[in-house]
Amino acid sequence: MKYLTFAAGLLSATTALAEVPTLTVYTYDSFTAEWGPGPQVEKAFEEVCGCYLKLVAAGDGAALLARLKLEGARTEADIVLGLDTNLVQAARDSGLFAPHAVTAEYDLPIEWSDANFVPYDWGYFAFVQSRDLAAPTSFRALADSDLKIVIQDPRSSTPGLGLLMWVKAAYGDEAPAIWEGLADNIVTVTKGWSEAYGLFLDGEADLVLSYTTSPAYHLIAEEDDSKTAAPFDEGHYMQVEVAGKLAATDQPELADQFLQFMVTDAFQSVLPTTNWMYPAVTPEAGLPAGFETLIQPAKALLFSPEEAAELRDPALTEWLTALSR
Amino acid sequence: MADRAQPVSGAAGVGAAAFVAALILGTLAAVALRAEPGKGLGPADWQALRFTLMQAALSAVFSVALAVPVARALARRRFPGRAALITLLGAPFILPVIVAVLGLLAVFGRAGWVSQALGAVGLEPLRIYGLHGVVLAHVFFNLPLATRLILQGWQEIPAERFRLAAQLGAGPGAIWRLLERPMLARVAPGALAVVFAICLSSFAVALTLGGGPRATTVELAIYQAFHFDFDLGRAALLSCIQIALTVIAASLALRARPGGGFGAGLDRPVQRWDANTTGLRLLDTGAIALAALFLLLPLAAIALSGLPGLPQLPLSVFRAAATSVLIALGSTAILLLLAVPMAATVALARHALWVELAGLLGLAVSPLVIGIGLFVVIYPLADPFALALPVTALVNAVMALPFALRILVPRAQAVIGDYGRLGASLNMGGGPFLRLVLLPRMRAQIGFAAGLGAALSMGDLGVIALFADTEVATLPLQIYRLMGAYRMEAAAGAALLLLVLSMLAFWIFDRGGRWHAEA
Repeated sequence: MKYLTFAAGLLSATTALAEVPTLTVYTYDSFTAEWGPGPQVEKAFEEVCGCYLKLVAAGDGAALLARLKLEGARTEADIVLGLDTNLVQAARDSGLFAPHAVTAEYDLPIEWSDANFVPYDWGYFAFVQSRDLAAPTSFRALADSDLKIVIQDPRSSTPGLGLLMWVKAAYGDEAPAIWEGLADNIVTVTKGWSEAYGLFLDGEADLVLSYTTSPAYHLIAEEDDSKTAAPFDEGHYMQVEVAGKLAATDQPELADQFLQFMVTDAFQSVLPTTNWMYPAVTPEAGLPAGFETLIQPAKALLFSPEEAAELRDPALTEWLTALSR
Repeated sequence: MADRAQPVSGAAGVGAAAFVAALILGTLAAVALRAEPGKGLGPADWQALRFTLMQAALSAVFSVALAVPVARALARRRFPGRAALITLLGAPFILPVIVAVLGLLAVFGRAGWVSQALGAVGLEPLRIYGLHGVVLAHVFFNLPLATRLILQGWQEIPAERFRLAAQLGAGPGAIWRLLERPMLARVAPGALAVVFAICLSSFAVALTLGGGPRATTVELAIYQAFHFDFDLGRAALLSCIQIALTVIAASLALRARPGGGFGAGLDRPVQRWDANTTGLRLLDTGAIALAALFLLLPLAAIALSGLPGLPQLPLSVFRAAATSVLIALGSTAILLLLAVPMAATVALARHALWVELAGLLGLAVSPLVIGIGLFVVIYPLADPFALALPVTALVNAVMALPFALRILVPRAQAVIGDYGRLGASLNMGGGPFLRLVLLPRMRAQIGFAAGLGAALSMGDLGVIALFADTEVATLPLQIYRLMGAYRMEAAAGAALLLLVLSMLAFWIFDRGGRWHAEA
């Protein structure tokens, strides 16, 4: 009898367990890391949703979409979090995403409206440098100087692709000339952001392509105010990171709830000092101390997803031609 | 009936080779079948192919050519710390690429130690970025491996041959002509083929040291095809080209290799009466010192930058380290189960070329493509995350297989050549011959192969990236994650931990194999 009670107890416990639904979110590596936003977001959402939030790390943004395409409609994922505007068109074309119903007052420097994707944070690409170096004021000034830069390859890295778009957005048809001018400033091109930033910190280059928010990491986490970003007259290209709901999700309500939760303070206030980006909706308490020291670009540049998708291949060819000489 | 005169059977080795070939070609086929119509190859791909071939060929030639004097010096000299030096020299080979590149640039970069020294005397900094930089980095990675493979060739010349040479009054020139050159002709082609194959799939090293898109390799094109275009057909096609190149290069190298060994010896310690002149002493000391400086300085840079990071390592790094050790152990077991029978089969000269080629496939195919292929195969059947550890261990073993074969095959050939007929005349069956003759006489090589396999598995990122869950991370993956979050100091500390663990794994196996034996 004792065993029966035990078995019954076990049975009801597992049923109770099974009744708690799980929301699966595919995201990039650094989001789920213990020092990333993942753990705090998970805790905050589980407090309000009565569900398990399962964050699955799947490489970087581009790997995320590739992974999703490999899995197709059978994917376990309910939400994908971490695509950027350069991937949005390809993601939309995959037909894997469903429309969302999120409404929010975004604090983005541009207008945002997209049927499938909800932005959660954003940043400006920028060249990061030591504070005591006279900052170049534009791509032209950079190209004319002897300053050495290290950049990422647009074929393997999101910031690399962002730089390609930045030059294209600022200079249009003159982009090839800008790249030819920059060729002798480029120390090297790396596979990803980490390699480039590592090389910069080791002194291999004067500037590195990163974000305007990068100096905030050094200031806040390391109490080191020696880094700054160079403000460029042309304006700075933006990266907007978005999330979307899979059409094949088995948890559509939870997924909607998560997307709506994503633009609230509980989620947004975690981002600045874990993801080191600007939150899409500034939390009521404002940005953390230190963010006010960051440069404020005069102009925000961003192609629409359609334009970005269309421009990518020609811009890549221009880049390759100019730098392969 | 000549086949009958062999004491062991080749069936297990053929089976292992067939398994490896099926695994790799099967995953490739899986990727190709999953593909939607894509772009095919463009002019940029052909340029990438040309660059890939050129840098791989140059890297192989320089690595092996420079390894010869170093291996000869190590073979001729005995000095305190020699064994430790040989172990340490293997380190670059097993480091994650990103760590090794940062270490290399800390020494040879624009702001590196050499450039600073040059600057102090008013000279321009080094210009490391370019084709020469790519070759330098590849030599850094592969010189230790080439040295070990060639050194092993030297050690396989029995002491009696040198004794006889000394009795006959042969000088260094005659010894070179009669003993050393024939030995190199047997060992060097295999070493060249392996280094060439490794460099064919280089990506981050070639791009970073090459200084830009001029240094685009086929592996980068594969990465781009998968990540940015999701063009699986192109990825599979490019991977087939990589395989074809490796197979062609390996066939040429392995066919060019003359047969015949030096005969059996009595395992006496080697004495080199010919090398006692002051000139040769200086030459050998110089070769060892230069190689040690070249390989150890970047390691010192990695260790120095890692020390401050050690105390701030998060707990997850140690969890990842435990995972890595586990994978390395599993991977080493699989490696030996595959490599030892395959080496015996090659030594029996049964389907030798095919078995060796199957072994090389692990190097030839892009790790990314194997990863995608396995994912495509596993996904409909099981949860890829649940299989992350076994899959990683298996793929790491297959990737270490070519190295293990290069280590095991020459020795197995020598043992079977020297003792096969004796065993057969004593009517030894396969079991007793294996237990009493082959395995004991290959113990040092098996230890070395196991050590290399364990260390490689520890350092290799391989396929884990595609399968890794948040909870299951290997140490190299964790290093990348730390770096991706600005935590360069902690990443450097984790890299030092990885370096130490890999060296320890290598040392334990390698020493274990040579316990109570002269090496």
